[in-house]
Amino acid sequence: MRQAKDNLLRAMLWGSAFVSVAILFTIVGYLFYKGFSYISFDFIFGDYSPIGGGGIFPMIVTTIYTILISLIIATPIGILAAVYLHEYAKQGRLVRIIRYATESLTGIPSIIYGLFGAVFFVATLKLGMSIIAASLTLTIIVLPVIIRTTEEALKTVPASYREGSLALGTTKLQTLYKVILPSAMPGILSGIILSIGRIVGESAAIFLTAGTVAAMPDSIFSSARTLTVHSYLVTQESGDIGLAAAIGIVLIVIILALNLSATYISKKFNKADY
Amino acid sequence: MVMMVTEVAAVNKQQVSTASAQSKILVDDLNLFYGEKQALFNVSLDIKEKEVTALIGPSGCGKSTFLRTLNRMNDLIDGVRVSGNITIDGEDIYASNDVIKLRTKVGMVFQKSNLFPMSIYDNVAYGPRMQGIKNRKVLDALVEESLRGAAIWDEVKDRLKTSALGLSGGQQQRICIARTIAMKPDVILMDEPTSALDPISTLKVEELITQMKKDYTIVIVTHNMQQAARISDKTAFFLNGEVVEYDDTNVIFSTPKDQRTEDYVTGRFG
Repeated sequence: MRQAKDNLLRAMLWGSAFVSVAILFTIVGYLFYKGFSYISFDFIFGDYSPIGGGGIFPMIVTTIYTILISLIIATPIGILAAVYLHEYAKQGRLVRIIRYATESLTGIPSIIYGLFGAVFFVATLKLGMSIIAASLTLTIIVLPVIIRTTEEALKTVPASYREGSLALGTTKLQTLYKVILPSAMPGILSGIILSIGRIVGESAAIFLTAGTVAAMPDSIFSSARTLTVHSYLVTQESGDIGLAAAIGIVLIVIILALNLSATYISKKFNKADY
Repeated sequence: MVMMVTEVAAVNKQQVSTASAQSKILVDDLNLFYGEKQALFNVSLDIKEKEVTALIGPSGCGKSTFLRTLNRMNDLIDGVRVSGNITIDGEDIYASNDVIKLRTKVGMVFQKSNLFPMSIYDNVAYGPRMQGIKNRKVLDALVEESLRGAAIWDEVKDRLKTSALGLSGGQQQRICIARTIAMKPDVILMDEPTSALDPISTLKVEELITQMKKDYTIVIVTHNMQQAARISDKTAFFLNGEVVEYDDTNVIFSTPKDQRTEDYVTGRFG
């Protein structure tokens, strides 16, 4: 009987693992099946042509712009905020409120952020429909993610490291910079990777703040179209699933490349000190 | 200076002490509170220079808390209040807020090795580097000297660049001692440094402590009464936040004056 239970549990665990991996492979496989034939040098590096058949290079550039600008703004603010909350702030009511607020922010649908961005960044700050307006909106979207994961990462740093460092006559800042942050780096990095996914996957908020101009952006103050927005519009306008799938493949490759380089950079960063 | 002498006299009246060695740390009427709860009551001790002073007592008696007042590690805990006086070399350590200077002078080794996830070399060089020493040759010399001082140089000299966390528990604890020595402190505090070690590693650390007392004033908290008897010159017996008895170690372990001390050292409680 106990043996049977054990086998049943094992089968369930194996089954769950199989289902999740199978879903992933099905989706990726389907994308490749539908879209791979569209992929060519001209498709990736060619300029977009409104009469069809053009490439997606402007959207790739726009997507990378939005990722980089959002991360450049959100990462330092997010990490510093988490450090303040975890290391410096007196753990009381104010901190609880801030923490609760950041947690609530992660649950808000992105269209709301998009509307806020359209009103505040686009209209009030007069940035217009632009990459910068979209990036600032995305910054707000990923900020809670970065704060939360960084805080969790700081929690995993053993208190004994702090004590050990401070007992050697170091300042709090030195301890933070030399011992605590490097130890928390893997966790912080996973927050950044999650953020990249969130930014790349976003479409509603970008649609409302960056617009849909399908051309190479002149600067970050131009209106432009990211890959996800493009994929949505292409499917809606032409119903060409294959093209949308090809864009999906490109997106997956971009995310993969960014994740790998983020991991690589953090390893470098860690080695430099050790 | 005059004040210091009178303080010594005052302390000596309280604890009959063989005032042969020079006083290093003078604790006068120390009280410590965690919020509302008082953890130390009127502690007065005269800790001698270049001797090993052991603090013994049952769990929760305040010996670790007391140890942490000497380098102000208790400052890290919210709501800790201290009254009374602690002077090291005649300087009131609670008078100024320069805990950095205090902690470079008063090093600390913890119960469990808390080496950083760095190489052996970088662990030992960490403190000096944070003081601004950058010169490679100076650091090299300091690291070697410190590792020799902690009697572990021969074991690790060929793998200084490898992770310190790959060493055995006993080796790690001696690297912790080396890391402390590298700061060139006067006083080294040890909080049950061998409680997580096997008997052979414990023996090595004990030998090391005995050698180190010619250069440093050592205050060690220990649960192990045999250890206190083996390595210390003076022993203070703590109970419920008070010092019950403080005297030469051989007096504490052979002819204690207080019944509670006798009960504890003979193993009747604790």
